[in-house]
Amino acid sequence: MELTSLAVHEVQALIRSRQISPKEVLEALGQRIADVDPRIHGYLSHDLKRAISEAEEVDVRLPLGGVPISIKDVISVKGHPCGCASKILEGYVAPYDATVISKLRNAGAIPFGRVNMDEFAMGSSTENSAFGPTRNPWDVTRTPGGSSGGSAAVVAADEAFAALGSDTGGSIRQPAALCGRVGLKPTYGRVSRYGLVAFASSLDQIGPITKDVRDAALLMNVIAGPDKFDSTSLADQVPDFTEALEKGVKGLKLGLPKEYFVEGLDPEVEKTVRAAITNLESLGAQVIEISLPHTEFALSTYYIIAPAEASANLARFDGVRYGFRAQGTSGLLDHYGKTREEGFGQEVKRRIILGTYVLSSGYYDAYYLRAQKVRTLIRQDFATAFEKVDAIVCPTSPTPAFKLGERTSDPLKMYLADIFTLAANIAGICGISVPCGFLEEEGRKLPVGLQILGKELNESILLQVAYAYEQNTAWHKVRPELG
Amino acid sequence: MKNFDVEYVAELARIQLTPDEIKRFNSQLGLVLEHVAKLNEIDVSQVEPMAHSFPIYNVFREDEIRESLDREAALSNAPHQAQGLFIVTKVVE
Repeated sequence: MELTSLAVHEVQALIRSRQISPKEVLEALGQRIADVDPRIHGYLSHDLKRAISEAEEVDVRLPLGGVPISIKDVISVKGHPCGCASKILEGYVAPYDATVISKLRNAGAIPFGRVNMDEFAMGSSTENSAFGPTRNPWDVTRTPGGSSGGSAAVVAADEAFAALGSDTGGSIRQPAALCGRVGLKPTYGRVSRYGLVAFASSLDQIGPITKDVRDAALLMNVIAGPDKFDSTSLADQVPDFTEALEKGVKGLKLGLPKEYFVEGLDPEVEKTVRAAITNLESLGAQVIEISLPHTEFALSTYYIIAPAEASANLARFDGVRYGFRAQGTSGLLDHYGKTREEGFGQEVKRRIILGTYVLSSGYYDAYYLRAQKVRTLIRQDFATAFEKVDAIVCPTSPTPAFKLGERTSDPLKMYLADIFTLAANIAGICGISVPCGFLEEEGRKLPVGLQILGKELNESILLQVAYAYEQNTAWHKVRPELG
Repeated sequence: MKNFDVEYVAELARIQLTPDEIKRFNSQLGLVLEHVAKLNEIDVSQVEPMAHSFPIYNVFREDEIRESLDREAALSNAPHQAQGLFIVTKVVE
């Protein structure tokens, strides 16, 4: 087995027992990137020399000692570019570390490289990157999903041991599913967002994309917890998430939401997910049909709330304090208008316009306020469900990875890629996607993800169910054929 | 969708769209707005709006001096700066 195909906990064990040095790990990673990334385009940049010099200072006895973790281009790493895959942040160098980065460093990890994404995390395919799309390692004619498509693709292609992503409507779980890896979106407020470039502040969360469930628990142990620099971070104590892993699913009640098995769900995806749920039953879980009656309104709610918040958050990109500034403008309005026209890509502009509209005078009540009320109903659906069940099981994505270019001209069709993931962000609960099998299209194996949703602050149950399933299957060990 | 004037909204958002974008966004966002009109099917008259998933309100700390970015670091990313200041486009003639 190649060194780079190891999970974080496996490579850390080798480093800790001095069978290999962090420098050798980084060199192997650099070689792997050189070999496969020209076909994948997962990295926007990486600095091997600098990482190696940082590795020399690392205490290998720490939980992540000496392990490089790849970082989505939306998280600030001091002294490194942070560009959100946007032209408007061209040349921007982060002046401080995000809290998750400080926490990774304190645990001995080496933040490594900037991985590709949809511009400002807006998209479901990584095609909205200003630097070109990332390709799915299972079939390079397809997208890896998004917006954390770079994070998922580099982990799937073994050119990263694990990566951090961000999830506003499914941006960790959906690409993890489409790339056959594990992706966890923590409860809203569980992980500090200090140093994460804001997209939709009431929805955004940072989380890990990993090769197996144990790694997700390990990374959560490191990045979760309150932070005085993020007033939305929750004060609640963080358990040792690895303790949940071995508990099994015997006696657990899992809810099967009937609204998630409807038209639009690919029949092959449905078959694969249902087989996974049967598998959980055979392990002793009890599966109960439940109803989340407002599911059909989640997409509409999301596409009002997220663009509205984005339009406010992205007002800061004005060409004055950082980033791109248009040349040859006359007067202040022209300066703003041209800078933002030239600096932002199509999808970002579309969402700013949509968000500005739903917040504008005369439309606020009809759109934004109404969406916030429906949001309450969606949250209540989950609260009611979690009175009856310990966790919810459903598909992560309605389809397997789709072709590059297939949905770029039809925003609404692209938005449907997140139909099963965005309700968790609206409600603030946590969710994980684990690989649950493959289907075949045009002779290529395409991964399918099982989504598990848990009550707020109950990431442990996600890890418990996911680990029980993973230990009983071998999907996470299958690798794409990249040579 | 009536009343949806991309040009006007773009002006509010301070983005100078091209004529081509105005045309395209009008039809694309028109479809999105038609879709989100679905929310009108629900009676929300008795429902409280939710801005946020958790009932966290104000978070206070002691008002004391603490470390922050120094001026040089704060200016380091400016497209145009001089003498410790951001240089902006002329506002007043």
